[in-house]
Amino acid sequence: MPTTTINGQQVEVNDEGFLVDPSVWNEELGAELARLIGITMTDAHWAPIRFLREDYAVMGETPTLRRVQTQTAIPVRDLFGLFPGKPAKKMAYVAGLPKPKGCV
Amino acid sequence: MNEQQPRLLVLGAGTAGTMVANHVRRRLPHWQVTVVAPTDVHDYQPGYLFIPFGMNSPEQIRRSAAAQLHDGVTVVTGEVDLVDADGQAVQLVDGTRLDYDRLVIATGTTPRPDQTPGMEGPHWHREVGEFYTREGAIALRDQLATFEGGRLVMHTCELPIKCPVAPLEFTFLADDWLRQHGLRDRTELVFVTPLDGAFTKPVAARELGHALEERGIVVETDFMVESVDGERRVLTSYDEREVPFDLLVTVPVNMGADFVGRSGLGDELNYVTVDKHTLQFAPRPGAAPHPEIFAVGDAANLPTSKAGSVAHFSVEVLVGNLVDLDRGRPMSHSFDGHANCFVESGHGKALLLDFNYETEPLTGTFPLAGVGPLQLLKESRLNHLSKLAFRHVYWNALLPGRPLGLPSAMSMAGKHPE
Ligand SMILES: Cc1cc2nc3c(=O)[nH]c(=O)nc-3n(C[C@H](O)[C@H](O)[C@H](O)COP(=O)(O)OP(=O)(O)OC[C@H]3O[C@@H](n4cnc5c(N)ncnc54)[C@H](O)[C@@H]3O)c2cc1C
Repeated sequence: MPTTTINGQQVEVNDEGFLVDPSVWNEELGAELARLIGITMTDAHWAPIRFLREDYAVMGETPTLRRVQTQTAIPVRDLFGLFPGKPAKKMAYVAGLPKPKGCV
Repeated sequence: MNEQQPRLLVLGAGTAGTMVANHVRRRLPHWQVTVVAPTDVHDYQPGYLFIPFGMNSPEQIRRSAAAQLHDGVTVVTGEVDLVDADGQAVQLVDGTRLDYDRLVIATGTTPRPDQTPGMEGPHWHREVGEFYTREGAIALRDQLATFEGGRLVMHTCELPIKCPVAPLEFTFLADDWLRQHGLRDRTELVFVTPLDGAFTKPVAARELGHALEERGIVVETDFMVESVDGERRVLTSYDEREVPFDLLVTVPVNMGADFVGRSGLGDELNYVTVDKHTLQFAPRPGAAPHPEIFAVGDAANLPTSKAGSVAHFSVEVLVGNLVDLDRGRPMSHSFDGHANCFVESGHGKALLLDFNYETEPLTGTFPLAGVGPLQLLKESRLNHLSKLAFRHVYWNALLPGRPLGLPSAMSMAGKHPE
């Protein structure tokens, strides 16, 4: 696994740039990951990211967009506004979590 | 539990429920087996794909559900309203209460057009069509009969769906059908998907992507639909892209039965959360365990395709484990996620995909007892004939539980890893 320095912190990432170990994550790191994909974090961005972190801690897997919407009442449309294009993937990336389980 | 005659209750009499009941009846003859089914209809669902193109008639694919169950299996007609897991009983909509010692949930997954704004408007089953129900497939046959060219759009709302290759198959068959009817030059064929490619797994996505390209089919990826406008004839995505159509063929959001969610046994899409190897109910963190509950087939949240072949292989594992438990042994059978899907590619040919939880579909050959080497991920006439022959195998061997010579665990023999 390649290692990279983000915000002065040495972290391991996979070939798509996702953090390998979610436990090394903190909000400063999250803000920097967001910046790398052109997103400036605001309160509106942090709400779903914090939910992703809490939910992952309990469920052991990255929640789907549908789960984020039902659990936080943030409409999917807003998630597309905050994390344009591919919100599920981008939110997981910023939250330092694995990509949501591939659909089969 | 009644030691002499344990009561097995099976919810649903589709592919998986019918097989579970028949296998248990044979292997555990001292058990009382009861199946709940809402109607006496059992459709061979893969046949829905062929109805719009006149390759199967609606009559050919429908039989009595009760007639597929062995003698000695009790059928209760009704719709499940709630599983009272603590009370080990199932409540039907008509108020009937059925007690069980072991419960198998096999209520499948259902297309839910109500989940997408605008889908069920006045154009539903007309310019906004589908082939995931028998009525939808018949309506689509009638639409195609008067189709004169324009934009024909094949669209998938959200994954997972049952038979995730069906949208591709429809597209290939439509391409072929349009050519035969002299309409292909006048038709723009468009494939719209929420995925970033033609399929979920890389090697298959590449091969199938080529097949779409060769046929001049336009692919629109990463398209998460927000609404359908039947009047203006456009699909709109959450990121405000628009796809216009003259005839839309959509696969609505697929969801497990609502009672699964109401009973606290499911995920966001009402799929029963199970251990992916044993098929035993696996509660989400904080919820109570109920080791007497199992789920198979499309109703379970297994991380593999929702397909008849998965229903078949997972039933064999589940029944093996029920026999273990009956003999007082720990469960010794483990499901590997094995799926085996034929993909119709038009021109009388088909491809074959074979994969499991760990191994994505690969190229190579597939050894099938009695049928011989089939080509994996490559078009062949034999694959197509095997797919057509499967309807007969389904009614006469699969449902009654006769051996097919298909091992439930996937084999790497003949496969070419990349
Ligand atoms: C167009 C199409 C093409 C397909 N092609 C293929 C293919 O080529 N190969 C392949 O392997 N698979 C294919 N499939 C998928 C295959 O049909 C399903 O995966 C398979 O039928 C799953 O079996 P099941 O028993 O889990 O669900 P089902 O067979 O759908 O059975 C579920 C049963 O539960 C009943 N039920 C639902 N809710 C309730 C309730 N509340 N109370 C009581 N009963 C209830 C339903 O009436 C139904 O009878 C296709 C499906 C479609 C739609």
